[in-house]
Amino acid sequence: MIEIKEVHKSFAQNEVLRGVNLTIQKGETMVIIGRSGCGKSVLLKHIIGLLKPDQGKILVDGEDITSYNDNELNKLRKRFGMLFQASALFDSMSVDENVGLGLREHTDLPETEIKKKVTKTLKLVGLSGIEEKKPAELSGGMKKRVGLARAIAMDPEYVLYDEPTTGVDPIMADVINELIVSCRNALSITSIAVTHDIVSAHKIADRIAMLYEGKIIFIGTPEETKNTDHPVVRQFIEGSAQGPIPAL
Amino acid sequence: MGRNTLVFFQDVGGLAILVKRVFLGLPSAFTRSRLTTEQMLLMGVNSLPLIALVSIFTGAVTAVQAVYQISDYVPMRYIGTAVGKAVMIELAPVLTALVVAGRVGAAIAAELGTMKDTEQIDALETLALDPVKYLVVPRFVAGFIMLPVLTIFADTIAILGGLGVSTASLHVSPHVFLNGLKDFFKMMDLTSGLLKAFVFGSIISIIGCYQGFKTTGGAEGVGRSATKAVVISSVLILISDYVVASILFG
Ligand SMILES: Nc1ncnc2c1ncn2[C@@H]1O[C@H](COP(=O)(O)OP(=O)(O)OP(=O)(O)O)[C@@H](O)[C@H]1O
Ligand SMILES: [Mg+2]
Repeated sequence: MIEIKEVHKSFAQNEVLRGVNLTIQKGETMVIIGRSGCGKSVLLKHIIGLLKPDQGKILVDGEDITSYNDNELNKLRKRFGMLFQASALFDSMSVDENVGLGLREHTDLPETEIKKKVTKTLKLVGLSGIEEKKPAELSGGMKKRVGLARAIAMDPEYVLYDEPTTGVDPIMADVINELIVSCRNALSITSIAVTHDIVSAHKIADRIAMLYEGKIIFIGTPEETKNTDHPVVRQFIEGSAQGPIPAL
Repeated sequence: MGRNTLVFFQDVGGLAILVKRVFLGLPSAFTRSRLTTEQMLLMGVNSLPLIALVSIFTGAVTAVQAVYQISDYVPMRYIGTAVGKAVMIELAPVLTALVVAGRVGAAIAAELGTMKDTEQIDALETLALDPVKYLVVPRFVAGFIMLPVLTIFADTIAILGGLGVSTASLHVSPHVFLNGLKDFFKMMDLTSGLLKAFVFGSIISIIGCYQGFKTTGGAEGVGRSATKAVVISSVLILISDYVVASILFG
């Protein structure tokens, strides 16, 4: 279980998070929606300790990770996988080395097992035969899927997805959606996904939370989200320029 | 306190923390020896042609100038001595370091800067890998080892350059040149130069990595970091050259 409690974060004068409260239950998939620049990526980075809040706490299974030292953080991070918005693949390494890095560094598995595991994980995200390619040779959508493979290669308990379906074609987006759903169903992985993609949100989410002006202003099941009369949420899911959210 | 003063002290503090973490992480250079060897190749082997070029001319110029400066009151058999000492103590270590700072220091800052900017460093952290151990330690150890090696190479080439010019156009036979080199050679000439090279190698890698980690602001920021890495490490090389010389010879 992840509990985000009253988290504040500013960069210089820019107050990004202004008291975020959100609880993600074990085994559920929480989707966070919100406008571009509202702080979704910043929030995800807090959960894995890449950023520290100015105020507030983040509890993972009851322990406050904001006071963790480097060793404790590394132990925690082995239970997490993260997909970055821009993939963040290591461009000096091949696809195989990217996906297998965690396995090679943190396990004693023999090289043949690691290679097998890498190939299997790549297959899950619909890729094959690209193990020896460098990230620079891949399309944006392929990079995203390699990033996804890297995030799940270590069989983490928690996966953080930053816009998993942005930049991939609609068919592949659905493959990724199904992958996230099956991670939850088969492996009972707890997931937090950030997305603008409402179709994807409805498909993968157990609950959807909306981040707006630095706070979570709405939490509900996909059904509740569809039928809400909260004006801000309505405007966002309908994708309308008219409403309480200023479009420009 | 002015803003620049503040930034200066932040940098000194940041560097001190980085140096401390590098020393604590040094054992990982052995467990990840492949990364270290890779960096040693990049830093060492690829710098050889440029260093050879710089060295051969340095040796040649030193010989010509030495003849001009001393020929009126010192016998020509000392020319080998003059070239040898100038090259080993000062010229080879400093020029090699400046060349490597320009080539490798800039490349380190640009590479790590790009990694920072594209969140690859964050990604390393999410995989429970320490960027200092994974990225900085191999580069630090490579710099520390390769600079002395490159300096010995530069010593050799520069002395050959001096020898070549002396023989070809200064009417000093190779025999006389080499005797001059040998007769007054002290181990200290060589070791002082190598000690400098250790220091310079450490400076180049640490400053390159530090500037890389500090990078913000896309391609422009990466360029800025690379430039800063070269300028700052060159200045520090010259300052520490003076400091080491004062300690050893002062
Ligand atoms: N490292 C940082 N330093 C300074 N400001 C930052 C940093 N990271 C994010 N910000 C600022 O925080 C705000 C939120 O950024 P964030 O990346 O979380 O947005 P987002 O909701 O993920 O947007 P998008 O949907 O476009 O990815 C932005 O105004 C951004 O400029
Ligand atoms: Mg984002």
